[in-house]
Amino acid sequence: MSTAPAELRRPESHTDVRPDVPWVTIVWNDPINLMSYVTYVLQKVFGYSKRKAEKLMLDVHHKGRAVVSNGSREEMERDVALLHTYGLWATLQQDK
Amino acid sequence: MTHGFRHTRRGTVTAELDADETELLRMLIGQLLDLVEPVEHDDELAALVGIGSNTSPPEDPALARLLPDAYRDDPEAAGDFRRYTEDDLRKHKRTTAAAVLDALPPGGGTVQFGVDTAQEWLTTLNDVRLALGTRLDVDEDSYDRLLDLSADDPEAAGLQLYHWLTGLQESLVQAVMRADR
Repeated sequence: MSTAPAELRRPESHTDVRPDVPWVTIVWNDPINLMSYVTYVLQKVFGYSKRKAEKLMLDVHHKGRAVVSNGSREEMERDVALLHTYGLWATLQQDK
Repeated sequence: MTHGFRHTRRGTVTAELDADETELLRMLIGQLLDLVEPVEHDDELAALVGIGSNTSPPEDPALARLLPDAYRDDPEAAGDFRRYTEDDLRKHKRTTAAAVLDALPPGGGTVQFGVDTAQEWLTTLNDVRLALGTRLDVDEDSYDRLLDLSADDPEAAGLQLYHWLTGLQESLVQAVMRADR
């Protein structure tokens, strides 16, 4: 015999299951990584032009974060793992 | 004292390091290797296929900065990601740091290498700065703070070392960008 729970708990999922919502890799600002180094890493990892890499770096510096790549969850996990080898503070999340 | 790295016409980068500077780098890279040491595994079989046992970030803030969470607002996903990747990241950082340590000339001297090897130097110098900078609690104003400290202030020595590394790394980034065209 069981009783119904006093309140129905909402499912604890942070993940949006809609298939068309893309994932993004975000680089966060930190006081240690050099601006020149962040620019260089974005060029090296993603093959971006110096101009594009510098723009993203300045977004990180001034806005505190920038989306540096987007794609499937698996692709973003690869990007984040690679950026961690370079010491950048990177995370992934679904684009909202 | 070193003038830092410069690029050469042959597409390499080079620096002169004196005995004290080489010794400092040896000490700092040694400390980095200790920090990212392999973790003990409860499950040897899982470890064999690259699955670790850590699911939460390290308590030491310096190590946590080197091995950050991959998900900001989802501790469960961050834990899963860490379980499958942290061992590899530690190993990558150790292998890279050990290669730089091996390349330091005993007693000081010239170091010279190509753009590929430069990646190892860049990431290792950066990892050392991340660890030291986190320990010293540096922020974007720490250089101004250093200028205000008297030379015998205990905080000054750490910050001086940190800013010396910053200058060395900045010269390396600039040299690599010129050599890597």
